[in-house]
Amino acid sequence: MITELGHFALILAFGIAIVQMIVPLIGAHKGWRSWMAVADPAAISQLILVGFSFAALTWAFMSSDFSLKLVFENSHSAKPMLYKIAGTWGNHEGSMLLWLLILTLFGASAALFGGNLPATLKARVLAVQSAISVAFFAFILFTSNPFLRLAIPPLDGQDLNPLLQDPGLAFHPPFLYLGYVGLSMAFSFAVAALIEGRVDAAWARWVRPWTLAAWVFLTIGIALGSWWAYYELGWGGFWFWDPVENASFMPWLFAAALLHSAIVVEKRESLKSWTILLAILAFGFSLLGTFIVRSGVITSVHAFANDPERGVFILAILAVFVGGALTLFAARAGAMEARGVFSLVSRESALVLNNILLAVSSFVVFVGTIWPLFAEIILGRTLSVGAPFFNAAFTPFMVALAVILPPGAMLAWKRGTIGKAMKPLWGVVVLAVALAGLAFALQTGKSALGPVGVALGVWVVFGALTDLWQRTGRQGMAARLGRLGRLPRSDWGKALSHAGLGITIFGIATLMAWQEEDIRTAQIGESFTVGAWEITLESVERAEGPNYSSTVAAMTVARDGKEIGTLYPEKRFYPVAGMPTTEAAIRNGFLRDIYLVIGDAQSNGGYAVRTYIKPFANWIWGGAILMALGGLVSLSDRRLRVAAGAAKRVEGVPAE
Amino acid sequence: MKWLLVTLSLLASPAFAVQPDEMLSNPALEARAREISKGLRCPVCQNENIDDSNAAISRELRILLRERLVEGDSDQEAVDFIVSRYGEFVLLRPDAEGANLVLWLAPPLMAALGLGIGWATIRRRKRAPDEALSAEEEARLEEILKS
Repeated sequence: MITELGHFALILAFGIAIVQMIVPLIGAHKGWRSWMAVADPAAISQLILVGFSFAALTWAFMSSDFSLKLVFENSHSAKPMLYKIAGTWGNHEGSMLLWLLILTLFGASAALFGGNLPATLKARVLAVQSAISVAFFAFILFTSNPFLRLAIPPLDGQDLNPLLQDPGLAFHPPFLYLGYVGLSMAFSFAVAALIEGRVDAAWARWVRPWTLAAWVFLTIGIALGSWWAYYELGWGGFWFWDPVENASFMPWLFAAALLHSAIVVEKRESLKSWTILLAILAFGFSLLGTFIVRSGVITSVHAFANDPERGVFILAILAVFVGGALTLFAARAGAMEARGVFSLVSRESALVLNNILLAVSSFVVFVGTIWPLFAEIILGRTLSVGAPFFNAAFTPFMVALAVILPPGAMLAWKRGTIGKAMKPLWGVVVLAVALAGLAFALQTGKSALGPVGVALGVWVVFGALTDLWQRTGRQGMAARLGRLGRLPRSDWGKALSHAGLGITIFGIATLMAWQEEDIRTAQIGESFTVGAWEITLESVERAEGPNYSSTVAAMTVARDGKEIGTLYPEKRFYPVAGMPTTEAAIRNGFLRDIYLVIGDAQSNGGYAVRTYIKPFANWIWGGAILMALGGLVSLSDRRLRVAAGAAKRVEGVPAE
Repeated sequence: MKWLLVTLSLLASPAFAVQPDEMLSNPALEARAREISKGLRCPVCQNENIDDSNAAISRELRILLRERLVEGDSDQEAVDFIVSRYGEFVLLRPDAEGANLVLWLAPPLMAALGLGIGWATIRRRKRAPDEALSAEEEARLEEILKS
């Protein structure tokens, strides 16, 4: 019964979305206030109805209602409750409903917190936002309905993919979707501005918090996914340039570019049409990512050809929205007059360079992701484009970005000199080169990756700190320290995010350059040495989990004869899904992780054991968290809060 | 067909990644094998190299690769041998020849294009009639922007 109500609520919300798409738009065009005012209650009721619908589906999963086809296919009564709930979005239909829920959440937030937006702009933003909802309502109801029943309810379900039964992955999709879908706000603002024919500093102030929020969520989502891969897949890889990963990485890069170009619009009334274009592209790549993930087209062209309905539908959504927005852009962009003039050496130019590097690197990822598909359809060749290509083609852009970041962030607006921006940074250059030299001297082998990573990391982190310190003026130490606390939060956010990027670069480069690995057959009781550590396989036992059986090894780790702990790597088998998983045991450390994996029993007795020493592994995600934190701090800046129309209300960001 | 293989490889006793028994005793040769494996794709997996993959066919490929190296093949010869049997699909780093040149040249060309457009736009903007500010106005503006 609740399921039927959920289904009904979804259809009702679809109707409301159609009204919200049309009426406020006409109202804004004709100047009819009452028609424009329809948007607010419509957006809020959409959220309530979709929220109810989502809750109904979650309830079906929680109560293991196997009369629902979706629950039967993706759940099992023996599964722990957390994964029953997470199972709601662990499948195609449910995840699309989550997508829609977040879309309506952003729409309703704009309606609630957009109090000081000009009435026509607000009406248009909400109408465009609702147009996106309409497309996804139709997609769900016509091709991916989660509320379909089975005629004969089976006794138990088929279980969720065991790899997905993990706390890291349970929260990965919601964050990712908050990011993806959050970019729809930037898109709606861009299209609304194109319809209005006006982009000014105020517009950029309204757009920035939404983009910032979306970028923060996307950062957390991507970091969670990468962290999950690191500990779950069993060999400590953290990024694979998989099409599905690239699908989330491309919008992230565009969102980062958009954040920076919106600053130029806000402060200097320049780069307007470029910013609008970025907003369209950022959401366009979100939709493209959805297409890549949901249609299965990249995995196999044949899988797509066998069941093209969903893929074609999303492709149509992509074509209509991005094509429509770009057409509108072509017609109207000329009217976006740039006011601010700037010289070749200026903060504006540095931000343009930042935008070019981010946008082009995103297109590089796009070309690499789409190339196998292109080759198969057009050239008739089946080929692969994998990590070696992306590492070679993408890395130079990030190196260039890291090199220009500190001076670029300190250049004067309008007209600056490189000499002046570099003056406080020479000390950092010396430090970076010295530490890189030290790293080169200490490492075994002649690889440049480690030292270069160290140099770039130190350069970006200390460059960000220098930037912050320079903001405190020229007085004495005490006065400057005092000013440090009174700096605008956006300055702190900038420093934190930039430092986070430096830490992530450092972590990735050092981990890839200096990790150690050992693969061997170990007998029970046998000890072996990896790096500075002595590892002993103490015992191997069988254990039973709620919905799996497990082989658990106990392994002690000692350094210089002193035991520092026992780790319990597992190998699990999920009988319902018929799938094994490896559960690595990781001793997290500030400077390194010790990563142990237990494998199969070997024919000559003993077990296959893999040991990894992974230096600075946690710095990768620590840096990502710092980036997200910087975004949040910046989001709490008074300037943005006031601008977002929350002078009276406290939160000016999408309610969470 | 692919799906059948996937299913079969899952049913086959899942052995994970590189096994101790398949490693070569010669460390230099083994290191070469590991390096080459990282650039070869497991034919039945989604974007996994044979070094990381758990699939049975990846194990076969790893063993095959090591056999070639032991017989004295150069890295390129060993890779060519595997490509001749399994097709260019197994190359994670596509050859830079023929149509693939487009793929390899796309990054530098796009970067050049982006930088060119950026440069031209900024130059044009600079030359655009500047409602020139006096030094006094300039100083005041600096002050406002700083505050």
